Amino acid sequence: MENLVQTAMQNVNFAAIMPSLVLSCFGMALLLLNAFLKRGTTLYAALLSMVGLGATAVVTYAGWNNPQFGFAGQVALDNYAVFFHFIFLLAAALTILMSDAYLKREGYPVSEYYTLILFSTVGAMLMASGTDMMTIFLGLEVMSVALYVLAGFFRSQLKSNEAGLKYFLLGSFSTGFLLFGIALIYAVTGTTNVADIGNQLTMNHHLLADPICIAGMLLLATGFLFKIAVVPFHMWTPDVYEGSPTPITAFMSAGPKAAAFAAFMRVFLIGLGTLHSSWVGMLWVLAVLTMIVGNFIALKQTNLKRMLAYSSIAHAGYALVGLVASNAIGVSAVLFYMVAYTLMNLGAFAVLVLAGKVGEENLTLEGFSGFGYKRPVLAVLMCICLFSLMGIPPSAGFTGKFYIFAGALNAGYVWLAVLGVLNSAVSLYYYLRVMVYMYFRAPEEEFEWVQLKPGATLCAVISVVGILVLGIVPSAFMALARQALF
Amino acid sequence: MSEHILSLMTFFPLLGMLIVLMLPRENGGLLKIATLVVTLITFIISLPLALDPVFKTSAAMHYTELVPWISVGDYFHMNYSVGIDGISLWLVMLTTFIMPITVLSTWNAVDKNVKGFMALMLLLETAMLGAFISLDLFLFYIFWELMLIPMYFMIGIWGGSNRIYAAVKFFIYTAVGSLLMLVAIIYLYYFAVQSGAGANGFSITDFYNLSMHPEMQKWLFLAFAFSFAIKVPMFPVHTWLPDAHTEAPTAGSVILAAVMLKMGTYGYLRFAMPLFPDALQLFLPWLAALSVIGIIYGALVAMMQKDVKKLVAYSSVSHLGFVMLGLFALNSIGVSGSILQMINHGISTGALFLIVGFLYERRHTRLISEFGGLSKQMPVFAVIFMIVTLSSIGLPALNGFVGEFMILLGAFESDLRWFAVFATSGVILAAVYMLWMFQRVMFGKLDNPKNQNLKDLSVREVCVMLPLLVFIFWIGVYPNTFLEKMEPAVNQAIYQITAESQATGYGYGEHSACPQDDVSGAAGKYHQQDGSGYHH
Repeated sequence: MENLVQTAMQNVNFAAIMPSLVLSCFGMALLLLNAFLKRGTTLYAALLSMVGLGATAVVTYAGWNNPQFGFAGQVALDNYAVFFHFIFLLAAALTILMSDAYLKREGYPVSEYYTLILFSTVGAMLMASGTDMMTIFLGLEVMSVALYVLAGFFRSQLKSNEAGLKYFLLGSFSTGFLLFGIALIYAVTGTTNVADIGNQLTMNHHLLADPICIAGMLLLATGFLFKIAVVPFHMWTPDVYEGSPTPITAFMSAGPKAAAFAAFMRVFLIGLGTLHSSWVGMLWVLAVLTMIVGNFIALKQTNLKRMLAYSSIAHAGYALVGLVASNAIGVSAVLFYMVAYTLMNLGAFAVLVLAGKVGEENLTLEGFSGFGYKRPVLAVLMCICLFSLMGIPPSAGFTGKFYIFAGALNAGYVWLAVLGVLNSAVSLYYYLRVMVYMYFRAPEEEFEWVQLKPGATLCAVISVVGILVLGIVPSAFMALARQALF
Repeated sequence: MSEHILSLMTFFPLLGMLIVLMLPRENGGLLKIATLVVTLITFIISLPLALDPVFKTSAAMHYTELVPWISVGDYFHMNYSVGIDGISLWLVMLTTFIMPITVLSTWNAVDKNVKGFMALMLLLETAMLGAFISLDLFLFYIFWELMLIPMYFMIGIWGGSNRIYAAVKFFIYTAVGSLLMLVAIIYLYYFAVQSGAGANGFSITDFYNLSMHPEMQKWLFLAFAFSFAIKVPMFPVHTWLPDAHTEAPTAGSVILAAVMLKMGTYGYLRFAMPLFPDALQLFLPWLAALSVIGIIYGALVAMMQKDVKKLVAYSSVSHLGFVMLGLFALNSIGVSGSILQMINHGISTGALFLIVGFLYERRHTRLISEFGGLSKQMPVFAVIFMIVTLSSIGLPALNGFVGEFMILLGAFESDLRWFAVFATSGVILAAVYMLWMFQRVMFGKLDNPKNQNLKDLSVREVCVMLPLLVFIFWIGVYPNTFLEKMEPAVNQAIYQITAESQATGYGYGEHSACPQDDVSGAAGKYHQQDGSGYHH
């Protein structure tokens, strides 16, 4: 018995999960604090969450170039995980920045909201640092459950309820697929450890043709691709994105999506790397479908939130191109793109938060008529985010797309790159249309704007600065993304 | 100082933009003066380039600067690499020269949101200059795309009634082409790395020396050529141009016509043609045919226009067809003529758009039928309009003649003889549509009462036109100022295009028996021909 405890303790390495621990502590402290403070004010919660995210960033940084492994190979805080941790922290911080004013406006000043964001971030972190299928699953569940609640947070609004329920039902369904996939892979290889799965498959080549193995791989892919919102597993996205509170939509389109990518790439490149030839063709097709469906349906949208939802589907398609390339440049391009996408999407959403009226009935294209004259600075920020989403230089979006397509070309996927840029060309139209309404149409009368809120404005400004920095001097950052490869 | 002259010139307008953005929004006059001063200083900075005699003797890149910019491990190297030779020199000068004139022309025309307009003008100048001086393909692409943003807003915000359609069409047409070019650029880079030439990043001069398989050249050339063809614009991808030109505010039309269209022709000469010489030979007859179709089609459509501005826009399609034909002649006289014609078109068509702008500011219509007999009411305007019209037609002793004559001569001497025969009809058609328009607008009876108290040109407006008139005569009478400085670079470019397809042994046609002789022979001839030209 003593022996067992000793062995178990030897494997414990708290440094490997320190970021999650710290952030969980802050989350729980916040929860406790709520019980003692009177309702109606949330500013302290926002501030405390920001402090928590900052502290987590500090302990996360300790893992950079100083990989920590622990819990018998279940968790690793390697550069890859650290890089993704920073993406989640960035997404969470920007989301919290734009939330305070929003919650007040919509009449839900409830501080559990922030706790849930923190817990969801913890889940995302576990997913990125999980090196065992079970840890990844655990992370996915922690992240998703918090998000289900957040999606339906406005409990008296029908749309928000619909979003929460829809996300919950379809989400748990897809988690089932993932779990089933884990089980099948375990049946074939006898392990749930990602690296061991890889070793088993490399050493026992006969396993590769095993239908159970292939079925497991497909089920795993389904589970992850659902979270990434890849066509044909994207049906939930528009409704959930439209119905959720706007900052949560922004968060979902960046943080959790990046988390799913992190786990997906770790599992498929390390664990199922030997099956590469079986899944790469499938991902090629799905990447193209995702880009096409996302972009073409976005063309028809008149609600900006919904348009950004479809555009986020398309962007998942671009990122998938980097994974199809599966080479160093392609994968590091995915990491880069995740940061770029987080910045440009959250920047755009911050402007939506600032522009929206109670209930957000005005987030239509018509509602943005003349925005450029009413709020010139905000409109310029929005334009920079949109140009970045289009992939026009010099912006982070352009650099990201450039690296992704360069990765695809380097791996010989010329047609994929061509289809990718043609899809970008399609996307030009709906992004440009927003600017058409903002600048080329006269402002509508009776236009009452809420005041400029410091938090959301700061969020937009940070995003735009980030977009320009990554667009003009991306070298240093690209080098980081490259060091972050496993 | 002098070694950073290009960077200084390129980024000074950007600095100016930041200053303009800080000035108060209400004071339109101050904003206009500030912008004018910035563009004038930019012109002064660029002036030593035009005076430098080095271009007369050397075909190499001068004023080069090279700073490592993006370096991603062993994946990519992009450099901030700039420089000019005798070809880009004149396009740079055209840009810095035309900008102050354009700013001056906006004095009364732009009165809403002046600050935004001026900031965009300055951003546009930086982007255009950057594209002309880039020696790194990646850098070129950045500036090339950046150019779209200010022009999109200029058309969309300050344009005419159908501006939204025109602006979006302009943006999407140009961007679609360039996105495919981006794929080709990346592909080319990987090929260069494989052949050991990627050490200097996307350096265009290194890429010239790659020997590529014709099949690969074919696809890459198509991607580049398509992108540039949209910008030129060549038939049948020209349809964005009449819309954009007609809807854009006067200043936007002038910049579009004078500078931005030259991006396409310059792209052919600097990138598409020398990079893929074998593919060029393969597609040459088709491209030449499209150029000639553009010449004739543009002229015929121009003839039938009811709107003066649309007429000028279609005449651009026709004129740019000449420029392309000259490039495809691939001999010194044709290519030199074509570069000269780029400048000529910039000056003449720029001037025509300004003239249309003057009319529009006075009458708020551009329909030919609304005018008539203006020469009695506006004598100064009539004289200037006449000179510009004749220059656009190509009357000897004016600039248009020299360019078109050299282009046709070059085409006659090359394999494109029959294309030249058809192209010549474009000159006649130009006379028809321009003179007919001039006659209907300026002569006849002054019977429309709205025209009977139109004011003649103001001093400011004459000042706007005067520099353009000077160059109309200068180029027409003594083109050697310009030709002698572009000659070495032109010969070098032709050598690159024609010799390489032979050296690699991949040549498709039997063109270019002996490039060196061909070049010097043609060069000798055009001096003679010029002589006969301006004593006409």
